[in-house]
Amino acid sequence: MASNQSHRMRRRGLKIAHFIGLFLAMSVICIPGLWIVLNSFRPTVEIMAKPPVWIPNDLNLDHYRAMFGAVGEGGVPVLTYFRNSLIISVTSTVIAILIGMAGGYAFARYRFKGKAAIFIALMVTRAVPGVALSLPLFIIYARVGLIDTHIGMIVTYVAMNVPFTIWLIDGFFRQVPRELAEAAEIDGCTRWQAFWRVEFPVARSGIASAGIFAFLTSWNEYALASQLTRSVTSKTMPVGLLDFTSEFTLNWGGMCALAVLMIIPALVLTFLVQKHLIAGLTFGGVKG
Amino acid sequence: MKLGKFPPWLALLMPAIVLLAAVVLVPLVLSFYSSFTSYKLTKPDTLYNWIGTFNYQKAAGDIYFWTAFGRTVLLLTVALNLEMVLGLGLALMVSKVTRGQRLLRTMMMFPMMFSPILVGFQFKFIFNDNVGLVNNTLQSLGLTTTAIPWLVDAHLAMFSIISAEIWTSTSVFAILILAGLYAMPQDPLEAAKVDGCTPLQSFRFVTLPFLMPFIYIAMAIRSLDVARAYDIVQIMTNGGPARRTELLWTLIGRTGYVDAKMGYANAMGYISILLAIFFTVYFFRKLTAARAELGMAL
Repeated sequence: MASNQSHRMRRRGLKIAHFIGLFLAMSVICIPGLWIVLNSFRPTVEIMAKPPVWIPNDLNLDHYRAMFGAVGEGGVPVLTYFRNSLIISVTSTVIAILIGMAGGYAFARYRFKGKAAIFIALMVTRAVPGVALSLPLFIIYARVGLIDTHIGMIVTYVAMNVPFTIWLIDGFFRQVPRELAEAAEIDGCTRWQAFWRVEFPVARSGIASAGIFAFLTSWNEYALASQLTRSVTSKTMPVGLLDFTSEFTLNWGGMCALAVLMIIPALVLTFLVQKHLIAGLTFGGVKG
Repeated sequence: MKLGKFPPWLALLMPAIVLLAAVVLVPLVLSFYSSFTSYKLTKPDTLYNWIGTFNYQKAAGDIYFWTAFGRTVLLLTVALNLEMVLGLGLALMVSKVTRGQRLLRTMMMFPMMFSPILVGFQFKFIFNDNVGLVNNTLQSLGLTTTAIPWLVDAHLAMFSIISAEIWTSTSVFAILILAGLYAMPQDPLEAAKVDGCTPLQSFRFVTLPFLMPFIYIAMAIRSLDVARAYDIVQIMTNGGPARRTELLWTLIGRTGYVDAKMGYANAMGYISILLAIFFTVYFFRKLTAARAELGMAL
């Protein structure tokens, strides 16, 4: 009896500890983001208030108005940055997916000598730190006139995204049974037709999530963009974020507003792909 | 489709190989060459001024370089291990939840969407000594009356940076380990229970070995991207104050662009590249090994 009761007590204790632990972890995960969102609606006076104002009593859209009107402090051309980011990210994603599909298909469907070595060699190119790569790229781009252009950034981001895209797409093609394509070939399709009619439709959603992942990488990249873009003609939003800082002051509210603008597309897209992303990574990794 | 005399796999890989050779390999060769010259951005002619291994010798004798190097390795070791442990804990907690798991999973992915530069800014704000969330909370709770200089004191600044780094990347581990927990067959666990294993034992000897490949996938993915920490540090402290949080990457950036000493920066850059490549190859090998082991077990 007694042992039974202590057992039950312990189980309840564990349950409570589990709940508290989970609650704390989720708070730590969510609060920083929510705080940014909250501050983007608060006037600067309230953000800077000492003692702090905990319960916001004046929420407004001033920072957003200043941001889009480009009339606020410093007049940061946010819309131009947004357009640059969009052009660069979308174009580089489309190209990276095409190249990644070819590469991923090669790894998933063909056996060849040195496959593992080639795979790692491709991956290693992704590991080169952005800053270290930006130095020689800066020198080359300056010579050929690609500094501060959309093309320069697009080429850079395609190269940055291709290794990881290949990894993901390889994983998705592996999930498509080889027999499917073989059956189509027996029925008289060429390999090219078999790919587009059978394998591509099955792996399509997976490829789409690889695309979203590539998009997010370009959308969020800073180390290379901060050196290879110079002016409003090609600056992307992560670089534009720094426009809100000056030598001694920081426009926290304005920065928060731009942050929210940057997060919204990322948020929506990540929710769309979360399931596929995990599947792609684990299949590519475990069942290789 | 005619693919010429190439084998088809090579033709398919060609675009990727050509592109990566042009955008990554050629620049790396150039930076390797220029690390042997006294190249300065402001004087283009110096690109042809061969000075041998002078830059490397200079780096080898540069105390700032070695401090930054040590600090980078320390940061990566501490951050990656903590992320792994926290991610494991988080995944285990979420997997035990019976209701609302989907929502928790979605929340767990929240930090992954944030651009590292945004994370840097966000934590710079949170740890701000005057208006930051942390100090405001501590002061309102009456725990302290002074403004703690989170980003100014050397140890506290490193702590703040590591917190930011862990906040963004723990979810990568958590998500992948959770995927591993879902994929895990239940029979061995039940067998262990029948054989009288304590929960701790069955975790140590059954669950953990099964999760190892997933942990290595997460490590491999992270190792591709470790230099993302640069963005965070760049905006939080920019290596300062007075180089107290200087990492290899911030040092390289400053030497190359602010001081315009490209040759020297490239020499240091090369050392950081080798470090990154070492990490990546190491984890990919671990991954292959773990995969082989699992393949036999299944």
